[in-house]
Amino acid sequence: MKRVIFVFVAALTVYACSSSDDSTGTTNDGKDDFNRGELLANIADNIIIPAYEDLSAKLNNLEDEKNIFIASPSETNLVALREKWLSAYKVWQSVEMYNIGKAEEINYGFQMNIYPTTVEDIESNVSSGTYDLTHPNNNDAVGFPALDYLLNGLANTDTEIVEKYTNTTSGDGYKNYMSDVVNQMNTLTNTVLNDWKNGFRDTFVASTENTATSSFNKLANDFVYYFEKGLRANKVGIPAGVFSTEPLPTKVEAFYSNENSKDLLVAALENIKNFINGKAYNSTATGVGFADYLDYLNNITQGEDLNVAINNKIDDASAKVLTLDASLSNQVETDNVKMTEAYDALQKVVVLIKVDMLQAFSVSVDYTDADGD
Amino acid sequence: MIANLKTYLDKTSHIAPLAVFRVCFGALLFLSIIRFWAKGWIYDLYIQPKFHFTYYNFEWVTPLGNYTYILFVICAITAILVAIGYKYRLAIILFFLSFTYIELMDKTTYLNHYYFVSVLSFLMIFLPANAYFSVDSYIKKRAYNYVPSYAIDSIKLLLAIVYFYAGLAKINSDWLFRAMPLKIWLPSKYDVPFIGNSILQQEWVHYFMSWSGMLYDLLIPFLLFYKRTRLLAFVAVVIFHLLTRVLFPIGMFPYIMIVSSLIFFSDNFHIKIINYVKKVIFKLPVTIGKNVTIIKDQNIFSRSKKKLTLGVLAVFFIIQLLFPFRYLLYPGELFWTEEGYRFSWRVMLMEKMGYANFKIVDSVSKKQFYVNNADFLTPFQEKQMSTQPDFIVQYAHYLGDHFKEQNHKNIQVYVESYVALNGRLSKPYIDPSVDLYQQKDLFKHKTWILPFNDEIKGF
Repeated sequence: MKRVIFVFVAALTVYACSSSDDSTGTTNDGKDDFNRGELLANIADNIIIPAYEDLSAKLNNLEDEKNIFIASPSETNLVALREKWLSAYKVWQSVEMYNIGKAEEINYGFQMNIYPTTVEDIESNVSSGTYDLTHPNNNDAVGFPALDYLLNGLANTDTEIVEKYTNTTSGDGYKNYMSDVVNQMNTLTNTVLNDWKNGFRDTFVASTENTATSSFNKLANDFVYYFEKGLRANKVGIPAGVFSTEPLPTKVEAFYSNENSKDLLVAALENIKNFINGKAYNSTATGVGFADYLDYLNNITQGEDLNVAINNKIDDASAKVLTLDASLSNQVETDNVKMTEAYDALQKVVVLIKVDMLQAFSVSVDYTDADGD
Repeated sequence: MIANLKTYLDKTSHIAPLAVFRVCFGALLFLSIIRFWAKGWIYDLYIQPKFHFTYYNFEWVTPLGNYTYILFVICAITAILVAIGYKYRLAIILFFLSFTYIELMDKTTYLNHYYFVSVLSFLMIFLPANAYFSVDSYIKKRAYNYVPSYAIDSIKLLLAIVYFYAGLAKINSDWLFRAMPLKIWLPSKYDVPFIGNSILQQEWVHYFMSWSGMLYDLLIPFLLFYKRTRLLAFVAVVIFHLLTRVLFPIGMFPYIMIVSSLIFFSDNFHIKIINYVKKVIFKLPVTIGKNVTIIKDQNIFSRSKKKLTLGVLAVFFIIQLLFPFRYLLYPGELFWTEEGYRFSWRVMLMEKMGYANFKIVDSVSKKQFYVNNADFLTPFQEKQMSTQPDFIVQYAHYLGDHFKEQNHKNIQVYVESYVALNGRLSKPYIDPSVDLYQQKDLFKHKTWILPFNDEIKGF
C-alpha cells in the first residue's frame, strides 16, 4: 500500500512540476484528442475526390479531343490534343500519391505514369495490333508517358507526326493504339473515382485505428513513399544521375514534349504542400491536415515545430525548382549542378518527413510486423 | 561470511517451484515458436532477405536456407521435451543451442526477451528441473522432493537482475523529466478502447507511466521476494505486463514474465498447482505415482559435479551483473552511439528513427552514385540499420563487396545519415566524409559517429 501511495505522490509531484514549468500554458488542455476522422474526411472530401473528379473531367476532354484527332488527323488537332494531354497530366500530379483502395487493387499508378516509356513495346503493340494494356509488361507502354511519345515523339516535326497517323498502311495502328490508351486511362480513372464515391470514402474515413493497414497509416506511408520515390527520385534524382554514374537526361518525365517536365514537378510539389496543410483541391479553403496533427502532437512533446520545419523545407525546395529550366533534360545537360541542388533540397524534406514526422506520428509502418521489445 | 555461504549452498528447498517453472517455460516457448512460424516470420526474417546482419565474432552463424525450418523444429520439439521433462538435460541443451543460433542469425531481430530466453535456458542446463513431476522421474521411478536452494534462487536472481537493470536504465533525464519516449508512443495508441482517446493523450499520464514504470522495475524483485508484499507484487506484475501487451507489440514476452514471476511463490503454492494439474487436468489415478519412489533427499545432477555447477553459476552471474555496464567504457551518449546498448535489459527505452543514404564513389574518377537500400534490405532491416552504427558499417562493407563484384573500381562507401532520438529534431549521424569501406566493426569505439550535442543524464 505504501508503494502505491509513493508512486501516486511521485506522479503527482511530477505532474505538478511539469505543469508549472510549462510557462506557455498551451499544453493540451481543453482538448482530449485529435480527431483523425475529421482529418481523413477533409483529405477524402476536399483533396482526393475533387482531384480525381478534375482528372476524370480532364481525361474526358482528352478523350473527346482524341476522337476529333482520329477522325481527322491534322496539325491543328494535334496541338489541341497535346493541350488536353498536358492539362490532364498536371492534374495527375495531384492523385499519383494515393496508392490506396481501388487504385492499389488495380495497380492504377503503374498503368498511368511509368516512365521512361519503352518505345519498342509501343511500336510492337502498334504493329501487331493485339495487346493487353493492363498486363504488367505493358506498364511502360501505356498512360501519360506513352501518350507523350505518341503525341510528341513519333517524329521530329508536327507534319511528320501527323503523317504517321495518316499513313495508309500503318496509320490505323497508331490511331487505334492511341485511342485504346486514352480510353483505358479514362476507364481506370473512373473505376477509382467511382469506388471512392460509392462506399470507399466512408470506409476510408472510418478506418482511424493505428494499424499497418488503417487509412491514416497508409496515407502517411504513401505520402512518404511517393515523395521519396515518385517525386524526388523519379522526377529529379534519376535524371540528374544521382543513382547512376552518369546523368540520365532522357529519363525525365514527359521527355518527348520536353519543355513541360519542370511544370509537372512544380505541380507535384504544390500538391505536396497543399496535402500537408490540408488545403482543399483548387481552392483556398483549408481543413485538418498532417500539419494540424503535427501541431497537436508537438503540443504534447513541446519539441521542435515540425509543421513549420517541413513547410520551410518544402518552400526551399520549391524555390530551387523554380530556378530550373522548363526542360529538365535540358537542365541536366547544360547545368546539372542546379538539378542536383534541387535534389538536395528535396532530400532535406525526405529526412524530415521520413524520420521526424514518422517518429512523431509513431504509426505502424508497413514493415514486417515483427515484435518490438 | 564464508561459513554463511557454505550453509546457504547446503540449504535445500522443495523442488515444486522449479518443476512448475520448467513446465511453464517449455510450454510457453513451444507456443512462441509455433506463433513465430504461423506468422510467416521464419520466411520473412531469415529466408527472404538477401543479406543478414551478423553479430561481431558470430559471422559464421547464418540462416541455413530452407533447413532453417529444421532449426525451429528442433527448438519446438525440445521445448516440449523440457515441459514434460523427458530427457531433460539433452533437451534443454539442444533448446539453448538452437534458440541461440536462431537469435544470432540476424541481429535485425534482436529483442531483449529473446536474449532473456537464451540466458535463462543456459542457466537451466545446470538446474535439476526434471527431478520431480517429469517423465524422466517417472521412467527412473525416482523423484526428488528437494533440490539445493540455489537451483531455485538462481532463477529468481536472474529475474531480479532483468527487472532491476531495466529499472536502472529508466533512471535517465529523457525518461523521467521529458517522459520520452512515452510522450510519443502513448498518444499514438489512440485506438486502444476506453483509454486511447482520452487518458493516453494526457501529459500527466505520460509522466505517471514513466515514473511508475521505473519504480515498478526497480522494486518488483524485492516486493516479490518478501512474503508480505508478494501477492500485491504479483497483481502489479499481471497489470503491468498486460498493459504493455495492450499498448505495445511485444508478443509473448508479457506472458513469459508473468508466469516466470510465479517462481517467487511458496512451495505449498506450487505443490497445490502440481496436485491440481495431476488430478483435474490429467485425471490421473492417484496410484500412477505409486511406482515412483519419492526421495526426501535433494537432487543435484551429480554431487561430484556440484562444484563445477557452482563455478559455472558464479561466473554466469558475475558476467550478468557486469556486462550491462560495459557502456561505461565508451565515450559519448549511449542512446546515440548504442555502443554497449544491447544485452543490457534496456527494454522499450527510446524512440529512434533514422535515414541512411549510401554513396558509392570511385576514388580515382570521382564518379559516384547513391544506393537504393530497398534493392538489398527488407524494410525492417533498413529501419534497424539506419539507427545503429554497427549495422551501418556492416552494410557498407556488403555494398562495397557487392559493387566490387560488379567490376566497379576504387570503391569508397560513404553514408549520409540522419537520426532523430526521442523526439529531438533529426541530425547528422555518421561522419559523411569517412569511407566506411575502410572501417571495421570492432568492440573499439567508433570514432566516425558524429557527436550527439545534447545530454541525457542518468544510467
